[in-house]
Amino acid sequence: MPTVSMTVNGENVSSEVEPRTLLVQYLRENLGLTGTHVGCDTSQCGACVVHVNGKSAKSCTMLAVQAEGSEVSTIEGLADGDTLHPMQEAFRENHGLQCGFCTPGMVMSAIDLVQTNSNPSEQDVREWLEGNLCRCTGYHNIVKSILAGAKTMQG
Amino acid sequence: MYDFKYQQANSQDEAVSAQSSAEDGSFLAGGMTLIPTLKQRLAQPSDLVDLSAINDLVGVSEEGDSVTIGSMTTHASVASSEIVNSKIPALAALAGNIGDPQVRNRGTIGGSIANNDPAADYPAGCVALNATIITNTRKISADDFFTGLFETALEDGELITAVTFPIPDRAAYAKFPNPASRYAIVGVMVAQTGGETRAAVTGASDSGVFRSTDIENALGDTLDASAAKAVSISSDGLNNDIHASSEYRAHLVSIMASRAATAAG
Ligand SMILES: Cc1cc2nc3c(=O)[nH]c(=O)nc-3n(C[C@H](O)[C@H](O)[C@H](O)COP(=O)(O)OP(=O)(O)OC[C@H]3O[C@@H](n4cnc5c(N)ncnc54)[C@H](O)[C@@H]3O)c2cc1C
Ligand code: FES
Ligand code: FES
Repeated sequence: MPTVSMTVNGENVSSEVEPRTLLVQYLRENLGLTGTHVGCDTSQCGACVVHVNGKSAKSCTMLAVQAEGSEVSTIEGLADGDTLHPMQEAFRENHGLQCGFCTPGMVMSAIDLVQTNSNPSEQDVREWLEGNLCRCTGYHNIVKSILAGAKTMQG
Repeated sequence: MYDFKYQQANSQDEAVSAQSSAEDGSFLAGGMTLIPTLKQRLAQPSDLVDLSAINDLVGVSEEGDSVTIGSMTTHASVASSEIVNSKIPALAALAGNIGDPQVRNRGTIGGSIANNDPAADYPAGCVALNATIITNTRKISADDFFTGLFETALEDGELITAVTFPIPDRAAYAKFPNPASRYAIVGVMVAQTGGETRAAVTGASDSGVFRSTDIENALGDTLDASAAKAVSISSDGLNNDIHASSEYRAHLVSIMASRAATAAG
């Protein structure tokens, strides 16, 4: 079996994996990072979004071996101890989640949006969320959360 | 997913020889089509040859009257490329509306045209702009490249290295997306290059992208949007599925063509 090495939330990790192991399986099953979710098998729901070299990616549609040498960050890497990342805090403040299943992907996707476009409009946020589905909230408070999170992230 | 062997190629030559020495090798680009296919066990390649480390397959350049895009350039990079935005803004807009941000961060132009999904956006862009597909062995005009449903002129093991687009005088793409996947239910690219008007339609036909001469004749030299809107397209051979009937798709072809003509100005 090939060996794959990458950094995940700043830590070096290295493991033997079958080439067919998806990045999301590697994160959840090998590393125990179960904050990244799997909500579909058609690459459409975005529950699995992580960052690979700073860009959001669907970890269910990437092989672990494709992340060789990459910097991967997941929802678990955002908070600083007990202090939530501003985007996480904004979701809490604005009631941006109900069951929470979609939330890790929403937050990771939202942070990529703000890194790409530091002052997004409501329309920008709604278009950006094309790849993130939520079965509970109706999106209203997710959009509100992301706009608030974007403001705090700008500082 | 069935098991397979995986290898990352460091050069075009290495990719081509790794693919040809494999029993049933497949190139892996962004994986946005191939990995979902493997997950559903709809394909069983013996080997995947990953192209992502081949640096000379990535990037956008301008030479004379044309823009060349490397096959491993992602949709997000095309959408944000300064060259594409200034020379062929319609193509930047097309790339920026493929799927969703995560699909655009990984999916590539080479993977999209090699796959030739009948609802993909790039095939319409390539045909309307009269692009040339460059491979490791030859150059193929877009008119000859897309040969049918998920079918192209590529030989087994032929590697797309780049796509060259002549810079049009004006062009625009209008797409009516499927609300769930963002693939085109119907998409029409209208372009005028050196006096020639072309209109290429994706999403509509069960044999993939096609040029509509009826629309092209109606558009004429002035890109007459209302004339395009008035064209009655036959629903024969158009897709008929849960997303849209063939009659509805036929109607959308004229509507999208007229919207594209208006946007092209
Ligand atoms: C949720 C979702 C939504 C999408 N929405 C859209 C949409 O709205 N419009 C649209 O057009 N597309 C859409 N796509 C498809 C997307 O654009 C893919 O990125 C694209 O079709 C395939 O590109 P890839 O780089 O991911 O190729 P891969 O999946 O890696 O490869 C696809 C095929 O091409 C072959 N191949 C790849 N590169 C080369 C090369 N250089 N030379 C020869 N053969 C090669 C591979 O062997 C494979 O057979 C969507 C995909 C998803 C998952
Ligand atoms: S699990 Fe649904 S897109 Fe990845
Ligand atoms: S909060 Fe339940 S799926 Fe989004």
